[in-house]
Amino acid sequence: MRRLIHVFVAVSLAVVSPVLARAQEPAPSPSPSPAAGPALPPPPAPAPEPPGGSSGSGGVGPASSKVFNPDMAVIGDFVGAIGKSPGGGEPSLEMHEVEASFQAIVDPYARADFFLAFNPEGVEIEEAFITFPTLPGGLLMKVGKLRAAFGKVNTLHNHTLPWTDRPLMIQNLVGGEEGLGDAGISLSRLFPNRYVFLEATGEVYRGQNEVFKGEDRGDLAYLGRLRAYRDLTESSNLDLGGSFASGASGEGPGLKRLLIGVDATFRYRPLRRAIYRRFLARTELVWSRMEGQDRKHDAFGMYASAEYQFARRWFTGVRYDRSRQAVAPSGSDTGTSLTLTYWPSEFSQIRGQYRRTGPAAGEARNEVLFQFLFSIGAHGAHVF
Amino acid sequence: MRLCTLFALATLGLMGAGPLEAGVLNVVATTEDLASIAREVGGDKVQVTALARGYQDPHFVEAKPSFIFTLNKADLLILVGKDLEIGWLPPLITQSRNSKIQRGGTGYLDASQTANILEIPQGEITRAMGDVHPQGNPHYWLDPGNGRRIAQAVQQKLGAMSPADAAYFSSRYADFDRRLAQAEERWDATLAPYKGTKIVTYHRSWPNLCERFGLDVVGYVEPKPGIPPSPAHTIALQAEIKRLGVRVILVEPYFDLKTPNAIGRETGAKVVVLAPSVGAEKEITDYIKLFDYDVNLVVSAIKQAGGK
Repeated sequence: MRRLIHVFVAVSLAVVSPVLARAQEPAPSPSPSPAAGPALPPPPAPAPEPPGGSSGSGGVGPASSKVFNPDMAVIGDFVGAIGKSPGGGEPSLEMHEVEASFQAIVDPYARADFFLAFNPEGVEIEEAFITFPTLPGGLLMKVGKLRAAFGKVNTLHNHTLPWTDRPLMIQNLVGGEEGLGDAGISLSRLFPNRYVFLEATGEVYRGQNEVFKGEDRGDLAYLGRLRAYRDLTESSNLDLGGSFASGASGEGPGLKRLLIGVDATFRYRPLRRAIYRRFLARTELVWSRMEGQDRKHDAFGMYASAEYQFARRWFTGVRYDRSRQAVAPSGSDTGTSLTLTYWPSEFSQIRGQYRRTGPAAGEARNEVLFQFLFSIGAHGAHVF
Repeated sequence: MRLCTLFALATLGLMGAGPLEAGVLNVVATTEDLASIAREVGGDKVQVTALARGYQDPHFVEAKPSFIFTLNKADLLILVGKDLEIGWLPPLITQSRNSKIQRGGTGYLDASQTANILEIPQGEITRAMGDVHPQGNPHYWLDPGNGRRIAQAVQQKLGAMSPADAAYFSSRYADFDRRLAQAEERWDATLAPYKGTKIVTYHRSWPNLCERFGLDVVGYVEPKPGIPPSPAHTIALQAEIKRLGVRVILVEPYFDLKTPNAIGRETGAKVVVLAPSVGAEKEITDYIKLFDYDVNLVVSAIKQAGGK
């Protein structure tokens, strides 16, 4: 038996070693064939090897290997808070999060996106997934750790939020900052027609996160979303969505947690003045049902918000929050926020937010939050 | 068995689209300029849609889902490139579910590949310079020579995609080339007396236009690309305009006229809203009319401002 293993290892090594050896060689530079096109200048003499460097392996390779480096960016998110907040809340000053992103095309069939979040608690994978954009049947598939396509805010990273915090509804019912997200597979499909942009998404997750508490392999979480979008004029549009998510409640075997969400967004952005004016109004409603050992807990939460850009670098916004806790005796938490945001450039942002929170139990709180966002590296796409 | 079929289908899908059917090609261009050139070359063998409007800042187009539908049906996507569309096009392409128009696909044409690109930054580049384009100025379509190069690239692409119509495309290209050359003679003659006229522009949108027709850009209303005007820069610019005797300030239709107008009042220079793209004004319906419009406007502005 042991001999067999030895033979197997030897054979494997023999098979693999040429591949490894080739992998260590520098990539062959394409030399122009004499027949191809006009005469090109002779290729430059090979650059001298870096001292001590072996043939281009381990990060000291020729510069040409760097063209395949992914697009990299780092975004800092610094948050401060002023005002009394008994029982927790944001710290006075905090380097809330540093997000590092790495994005590139993998091969002719896929692209990959990695987002790592460094925060005071440690490092976590915010998202890391491969996207196959061109599957048959008009399907788009993502595989990896994903923010679930539940509503609007759940899919947004911190630095793309129009506020310094997340709405109470998200914190009480949809998993807070980490949100609904997990290792999983997402499939979505378009339904082309003349009247409305229609997209359906189905996702399956491991079912172990801030919301779902699956313990067994079989405790998967499922998610479905239908999105309808229509341009009203060239400057305005309406975006509607309905989502559901279900998984284990963690209260006992077979007991479920169910979330149903509805969202609506109206956008206005005049094309001729797109860099100076925009208006966005959005609301999301979520119903939650938690199956406990003895009874079912139902809760409802919502927020409604509006943002208005009134100058090239200035935005203002307002948000109203109302949400129960997923399992709570009675009463809803409420909140009202006003924001003012300044953009020195596309790559940095300073924001202030006044927030008045009325917890279901306890005294109302008045706080002022402020935030500095700053990004370096590749220019990412703007969020729509 | 069924699994096998599925697998085969999946493989086929991954390998890319099959041969194109004869007939009309569905072409999507990111801007109206590229769309106009594609129409010139493609004639009635193509159906062309533009994503951004001509009066819109092409850096800041919104990635609307309705564009995803448009791209989903495209056989060919023509883009300006040089990072002009970086803020909005990549997610649309990913979500289009269309293998042809993915980067490197058979229907992906970056029009900048054969164009003459200006202002490629040399040396170290940082964002302290503002929103610089490391690969050079992306407003290159404003040189008719580049329009011709784009048309040629489109002709080759369409010919390769639909070989049966290759001769048709090449005769359409020859016709466009001839009409463009005639128009260029006209524009050269109109602008000849004004060669060397010093002008100021809002954004760096016009280097190709100005170089081609011999206008001398001596300053910008923006202190740095993508950075809005600042009082200190505006005062310095006004002094420079007076010192050099600049008569004309060119502004793109999507910028606020407040600062340019103030500079104009202070210095006597004439503020002109020039068309950067086809469709910026109703009468600019194609690529040649774009230059007709701009050349006439520049000349009448120089005359009004008391130039030669």
